[in-house]
Amino acid sequence: MAQLIGGLGTSHIPAIGGAIHKGLQQDPYWKPFFDGFPPIREWLGEKKPDVVVMFYNDHGLNFFLDKMPTFAVGAAPEYNNADEGWGIPTLPPFKGELDLSWHIINTLVEKEFDIVTCQEMLVDHACTLPLKLFWPEGDCPVTVVPVCINTVQFPLPKASRVYAMGRAVGEAIKSWDSSKKVAVVASGGLSHQLDGERAGFINKAFDLQFIDSLETNPEWATQFSIHELVEKTGTQGVELLQWLAMRAALTAAGPKVTRLHTNYHIPISNTATAALVLEVA
Amino acid sequence: MTQALPKIPGTTPFDGEQARKGYALNKMCFSFNDEANRTAFLSDEEAYMRKYGLNEQQAAAIRARNVLQLIAAGGNAYYLAKFAGIFKLDMQDIGAQQTGMTKEQFKAKLVAAGQ
Repeated sequence: MAQLIGGLGTSHIPAIGGAIHKGLQQDPYWKPFFDGFPPIREWLGEKKPDVVVMFYNDHGLNFFLDKMPTFAVGAAPEYNNADEGWGIPTLPPFKGELDLSWHIINTLVEKEFDIVTCQEMLVDHACTLPLKLFWPEGDCPVTVVPVCINTVQFPLPKASRVYAMGRAVGEAIKSWDSSKKVAVVASGGLSHQLDGERAGFINKAFDLQFIDSLETNPEWATQFSIHELVEKTGTQGVELLQWLAMRAALTAAGPKVTRLHTNYHIPISNTATAALVLEVA
Repeated sequence: MTQALPKIPGTTPFDGEQARKGYALNKMCFSFNDEANRTAFLSDEEAYMRKYGLNEQQAAAIRARNVLQLIAAGGNAYYLAKFAGIFKLDMQDIGAQQTGMTKEQFKAKLVAAGQ
């Protein structure tokens, strides 16, 4: 059976793509963010996952508001990035992992998660930037299964539902008949708000408590309603749902995780950024 | 049965009501993923808005480049960001405009949140 080795988390912001393109990693503004990644690359270099399951949210590249799935799973041989309209470079396509895609799809539907399946799927910065941050040089060495969770149009799925879905994805990975090593990734958050008079809202205390909870009390955030999460983390901070799904997936691999690395920095763009490595103990 | 939730100050969750109100506006902004459409908008803004059937509130907010007005007209943050991208405005420009600050003040507020 496949091996679920651990989980990674990172924020995604279009401007990161611009900073990579311009080589600003050592620039004083960007350095505290990019310095969060060498320890992650070291861990990845040692563990060498073959496949990444990416929990992320699309921002109006693949999904418009005409059809907005709550949960969507990619089942494409490759995933193309494209122009998102904010001037960041388009990255080359990423390879899919069809057998795992369909195994996750079959498992989720069997467990009564009635997801949307996508045999063609554009992936935006939320899916591509974590891969570029983890593997900055050359071709991306892993295949990808994107799992898109709606955080754009309310009603959003409840935190408890996202947790249950993430756990089911973890169970699918664990029961995949393959010798490959799989890592789960969360892309999003942490606290930030782009819109309204409350734009610029950041909640450091909540973010730090949330990060701690991922290690020791993974269901902690499921106590909050979506409305409460928006109030505590901002209209876009609710992307922490992606982190919750990632952490829930790891529960399928064992009762404990070890937090090997955390980086937390305010601000990049309007966002409190975080990067995290959780290894299955 | 859904109950009205307590209002979060300065915050408009993009719910069904907003999605209904803003559909034409957001659809136009979604089209700005394509360079050719961004160019077409810039060459004849009024014609482009007519093509997408924007109502007067939406068209006025686009003309004013006013983010709070665009949200009031049903705009979604991510789609509005594609509109702002046409004018090379970043998230701090948009944040400053919405909060009535200069960009420097807005950036200072963000830095302060990390202290």
